Amino acid sequence: MQRLRSLIISQPMEVHEMHTKNVGTPVQRLEDDRLLRGKGRYVDDIDLPDQLAIMFVRSSEAHAFIRSVDCDQARALAGVIGVYQLKDFGPLAAKPMILANPSPLIRQPITQYMLALDEVCYVGQAIAVVVAENRYIAEDAAQLVVVDYEPLPVVMDARKAAMANAHLVHQNSTDNLAATLPWKFGDIDQAFTKAPHIFKESYYQHRGVVHSMECRGVIAQHDAQLDQLTVWTSTQSPFLVRRFLAQFLEREEVAIRVIAPDVGGGFGPKAAHYPEELVATLLAIKLKRPIKWIEDRLEHFLTTTQQRDQWWDVEVACESDGHVLGMRAVCTHDNGAYLPYGLLLCMTSVAPFPGSYAIGAIDIRLDCMFTNAVPTTPIRGAGRPNATFVIERTMDTIARELKLDRIKVRQRNFVQKEQFPYLTGAKLPNGIGIQYDSGDYARCLDMVLEASQYSQLEIRCKEAAQKGVYRGIGIASYNEDSGLPPYEGATVKVLPSGKVFVELGSCSQGQGLETIVAQITADQFGLHASDILVKLGDTIASAMALSTVGSRVASTAGPSVFLAAQAVRQKAFKLAAEHFNVSENEVHIDAGILFLKSMPDQKISLADLAKKLVAGVMVNVPQGFSPGLESTAYHTTERAVYANGSNVAEVEVDIHTGEVTLLNYWVAHDCGTVINPALVNGQIIGGVVHAIGNALFEHMKFDQDTGQPITTNLGEYLLPLATEMPKIHITHMESPSPLNPLGVKGAGEGGTIPGIACVISAIEDALKPFNVKINEYPLSPERLLCLIEEAKIRAVA
Amino acid sequence: MKDSRKIQVEINGVIFERMIETRMTLSDFIRHECGLTGTHVGCEHGVCGACTIHLNGQAIRSCIMYAVQAHGQKVTTVEGLSQPDGTLHPLQQAFKNQNGLQCGFCTPGMLMTCTAYLEEKSDPTEQEIREVISGNICRCTGYQGIVNATLEIANNKSTNGGA
Repeated sequence: MQRLRSLIISQPMEVHEMHTKNVGTPVQRLEDDRLLRGKGRYVDDIDLPDQLAIMFVRSSEAHAFIRSVDCDQARALAGVIGVYQLKDFGPLAAKPMILANPSPLIRQPITQYMLALDEVCYVGQAIAVVVAENRYIAEDAAQLVVVDYEPLPVVMDARKAAMANAHLVHQNSTDNLAATLPWKFGDIDQAFTKAPHIFKESYYQHRGVVHSMECRGVIAQHDAQLDQLTVWTSTQSPFLVRRFLAQFLEREEVAIRVIAPDVGGGFGPKAAHYPEELVATLLAIKLKRPIKWIEDRLEHFLTTTQQRDQWWDVEVACESDGHVLGMRAVCTHDNGAYLPYGLLLCMTSVAPFPGSYAIGAIDIRLDCMFTNAVPTTPIRGAGRPNATFVIERTMDTIARELKLDRIKVRQRNFVQKEQFPYLTGAKLPNGIGIQYDSGDYARCLDMVLEASQYSQLEIRCKEAAQKGVYRGIGIASYNEDSGLPPYEGATVKVLPSGKVFVELGSCSQGQGLETIVAQITADQFGLHASDILVKLGDTIASAMALSTVGSRVASTAGPSVFLAAQAVRQKAFKLAAEHFNVSENEVHIDAGILFLKSMPDQKISLADLAKKLVAGVMVNVPQGFSPGLESTAYHTTERAVYANGSNVAEVEVDIHTGEVTLLNYWVAHDCGTVINPALVNGQIIGGVVHAIGNALFEHMKFDQDTGQPITTNLGEYLLPLATEMPKIHITHMESPSPLNPLGVKGAGEGGTIPGIACVISAIEDALKPFNVKINEYPLSPERLLCLIEEAKIRAVA
Repeated sequence: MKDSRKIQVEINGVIFERMIETRMTLSDFIRHECGLTGTHVGCEHGVCGACTIHLNGQAIRSCIMYAVQAHGQKVTTVEGLSQPDGTLHPLQQAFKNQNGLQCGFCTPGMLMTCTAYLEEKSDPTEQEIREVISGNICRCTGYQGIVNATLEIANNKSTNGGA
């Protein structure tokens, strides 16, 4: 019998190649086949029997009291099931939505009601919901709902919102200040007292709308017999959505299943929890039919959280060689009408200080202001691109004012290789000190200078100048607190078929999580990534998860998968050793077959080992083993892992039209161990392009008097297109993190964080002959021409 | 009030006959009446290109065309690109090779735009490819993988054609 089994299982050993190393290689994505064939399954691809469509009646006013809502005409339309306001949902819904990430720093923890109670505070806020047989009818009916508004004064500019006599964003509040965040360490007064040079600058930053290509969407289904809810939602955080639904609806989490199917891009705002998820779920319970809501692009402009204005006043104290002694700053932050996500966006705007640099003293204050605009939450990079813009523009300011080389100023200030692990002196609100775990920032900058052949670039710029062409070079460095604690759990199990299965509650929005999870697992069993079965994004998973945000899943879920796969491998080895009556170190594995090194024909498959641990009548689990050839593991951490990088941009500016042409872009990037270089490159290139959009194109504009959004289609709001993008060249440096067993750091936002600063720095460099100073973005051609004209006038005066 | 009509459209070689409202968009018809959900709807105002399909071999935006306008005509969607035996279209394979996709939402539109273009011009330059896909928005890839994938096909074709 033993021989026979060996014969049967010897077949796959011959046809399988040796696959011992998936991690570190550009394995092709497991996701691609279905997505390329049009077989992906996004929320709107799901249609349930008896499903109804909903459409929201949204506020046309930025600030108003609602006098009345007349739904009669809408209700009378054929195919309309009902029109509902907040009062129609009973006492359960008569409370504000749950505030994610509460903090004692929040003075006014104001969140919206799922449908407006009596006051609307931004254009697009949901007032009522129409339920109909299909979306077309629902849209018709929504047009027939008549809302009588009593307009109230609006506040759109966060600086005006901060003034003593400002109009109120919320009529019942005393002022518009949601919170003040301090971020300080070191002796700032001493730094400024002893510094021979102090420079001051002010910056304006605006980051606009996320525009994942798939808008948001949700389908809710209620099984009345079991009182069980199933919610499919285009989210980055199925576990958090479940938690908020459970809290709000006063249900047990086990009675709610939340599934993130294929998600067509997330980039941050899909990590938040939205009114539409609550309304759809409550309607599914109320009407006993599945409810589907799909956001359209206009609603995305009006209601998906954004990341808008920040104004910074910055002072830097430094020595004559450019050594920075301290930085002071005050930031006024436009948070929009509510605080759905707590202060995470604000926190990520201040916590990156001092960036890649060993600066002894920092004193920053951020005022988080309410305004009558759609709420904000993090978008790719969150506040880090903003903080990095301030830090990197400051380095350029020092170089300009002291006539030093921009590169030397950075090198003078970098945290040095020998200083890791480096404690900045700052502490998070939970008391954990900020510690940069590993890296070599100076080397990373050298690498990008080498890759870009920097000295050649300078020559090219000079040659261009002789021909009257304005070319410039931008430089920016960054580091990032990737891998937000505490964990993303993972389960690895060998199924009775012998197939290795990985299950995570974590989800993917295009990053390729399925592939990297398979790579990590496959290496433990001598398999290829394509042999592994992976399931993501479902709260039914055994292991708990948090959210796919902050460049964190590779360095949180990745190590958990590694630990679980390793435990399963060890269990398999122990079981095989017992089976052959040898010691474990006699056992080897290849292509999912365990065999004895001394007698290779003595082998047993993972399938046969798994069967030994599966329950059967009169079949007992072998002594000393737990049931199932499986393991659930958590890599838990209390510290972030710090990725870093340096970028160089080469641009050309047409001083007559204000057009900026991006010629080349180089990135040297260190995200620790690279699991899949092709996927990391994809993350970086996509991230850089997002930064280019922020720097040059994307501007969510509002009329300042009425609060009306005025860029509400993709013709008025410009996204980066293929024609404007430069060639992006990438070099990897690997300084593995000591904080997880894979040495992995985050890569999802590393392109975006320094990108804006780098592009703006290049434009300023190109316009050096005019002494143009650029302290703002987005930079439209008109605005750039204004800045050139202003500089010319200053030069004459 | 609602004007309905019976239409017949051939999609990927299969005839679909449905009674629909005249105001139904072609993208909704393809997705929800015919169940071919590979065609995606990204903006519903003809800018993002996610809904691009072939109508009689030409790349068009199915979100700004009514289904009734396609009556009696031939449509190809992303589901119709691969061979009947499942072999991927060379451009689909090239997207896989060059990491031309991440979240996959814009991908069907990109594929339909580029396959139609490659029928017109088999050896485009990189700049020409960038011009052609400038009507399709991708928020994930930064376009580089998409351009490289299309170039891979163009190069193969021009090599074969030149021999």
